Amino acid sequence: MAFLSYLINGLSLGSVYAIIALGYTMVYGIAKMLNFAHGDIMMIGAYVAFFALSSFGIPVIPSVLLSMLATTLLGVVIERLAYKPLRNATSLSVLITAIGVSYFLQNGAQLLWSSSTKVFPAIISNGAVKLFGGELQISYLTLVTIVVCIAVMVCLTLFINKTKTGMAMRACSEDKGAATLMGINVNLIISITFAIGSGIAAIAAVLLCATYPTLSPTLGSMPGIKAFTAAVFGGIGSIPGAFLGGLMLGVIEILAKAYVSTQLSDAIVFAVLIIVLLIKPTGLLGRKMSEKV
Amino acid sequence: MSENKTPVLEVIDLGIDFGGLTAVNDFNMKVFNEEIVGLIGPNGAGKTTVFNMLTKVYQPTRGSIKFLGQDTSKMTVVDMNKAGIARTFQNIRLFSNLSVIDNVKIGMHNSISYNNVDAIFRLKKFHDEENRIQNEAMELLKIFELDDKAEIIAGNLPYGAQRRLEIARAMATNPKLLLLDEPAAGMNPQETQELMTMIRFVRDHFKIAVLLIEHDMKLVMGICERITVLNYGMMLAEGTPEEIQANPHVIKAYLGE
Repeated sequence: MAFLSYLINGLSLGSVYAIIALGYTMVYGIAKMLNFAHGDIMMIGAYVAFFALSSFGIPVIPSVLLSMLATTLLGVVIERLAYKPLRNATSLSVLITAIGVSYFLQNGAQLLWSSSTKVFPAIISNGAVKLFGGELQISYLTLVTIVVCIAVMVCLTLFINKTKTGMAMRACSEDKGAATLMGINVNLIISITFAIGSGIAAIAAVLLCATYPTLSPTLGSMPGIKAFTAAVFGGIGSIPGAFLGGLMLGVIEILAKAYVSTQLSDAIVFAVLIIVLLIKPTGLLGRKMSEKV
Repeated sequence: MSENKTPVLEVIDLGIDFGGLTAVNDFNMKVFNEEIVGLIGPNGAGKTTVFNMLTKVYQPTRGSIKFLGQDTSKMTVVDMNKAGIARTFQNIRLFSNLSVIDNVKIGMHNSISYNNVDAIFRLKKFHDEENRIQNEAMELLKIFELDDKAEIIAGNLPYGAQRRLEIARAMATNPKLLLLDEPAAGMNPQETQELMTMIRFVRDHFKIAVLLIEHDMKLVMGICERITVLNYGMMLAEGTPEEIQANPHVIKAYLGE
């Protein structure tokens, strides 16, 4: 029964990774760049939610929406100011810029809100669902996290597959030149992608802070790297891949913590990534990239 | 013929330099409505460069392009497509991981009138538009004999079918001028024959002008009403297929002295 409980906790942590990873993978799939500032955008979202909840006493749902609005705008502004001028630059320049943006956000947050940690208020009551006569307890927070993650995933999949903007996104991810010649405004599509990826990062931020309620300007780094790992694990550019990768990463991390060693859990997570990439270099659900000659 | 009408496309003294290299210079041509015009010339003559300028993938260095009587010097690639120029590519550039019908639907992108709010709340407008798009896309696929393959992933289609799908996708943008870059490349004689019938049908059915680049002379002489010959970035000759076949300059350019 302990195993089942660890598994569920793993899925819950993995859900947070999955939501962040979705942002990474969407931006990579369409703009073909790694937005290393993604974790820090999430951090800003966490602070916005924190101030909305504790300083202004705004209820939970409007606070989350406010936080989403803030990160959406932030994502679009960052793309416009930092990445758009580099649209035709080498991918290395864009990567370095993304790392620069990441440090800018971290230090900016430190300047504005100091580096001392803040405690995120509890947003979901402490109760738990008891199963098997109380042997298995699943906290409401865990349940909410998993359900929200599934909801985000379903909405995103419907959006990508069923709307004209989603269709245009898929076209851009395959061939931007041809998409432009079909009358698709590629710059607009990239902006929308950043908006969506950053917006859902705020959801991940609130869920993460509800589970680990310590707020600091470096809050986004480790989950950001884990989520990036999850995206690569699942096959970068693939939306179901990010979902699967995130969940698996969370489960592996929690099981490693429970059965092997807390200190070694991150090492085990990355070791599994290395093994997966050795066996399947494109990740679990990644597409094979082959150049036609 | 149609000489008295305003041309769909009028190219005046068009030229482009890449660094110090002049790729196309003093190029002039007119395409009238419902006309099939061929653009031929030896390899490297600048034919695809002309297409790239017409679609604004390259900005011309000199000269002007008038489309439907409008000056296009300030227009972007997206504007040109919205104005009514669509094209296919020499090396097929389909969205090869998407289904056949989705490729066509992407072409219809700009004609879709619902917005994301309609889509999210699944309003009636969304469903009506989706039905309209589905029907129109299927109709187009039927014309190009791809309706039975609508749900297949585009990259898995046989070669000839991929070429037809590219034309279908271009037609989905509702153009007034269709640019075909070597539509028969890699096709067998039977497929080429079918393609010729298809191009003629598309012209008659949609009442559009077609400008095509092609090396297959049987196709060019078979369906083009007028032909422009390009050599070293300059216009070498212009005329009916018969005139071009008899033109000594053209023969020299193709066969040498």
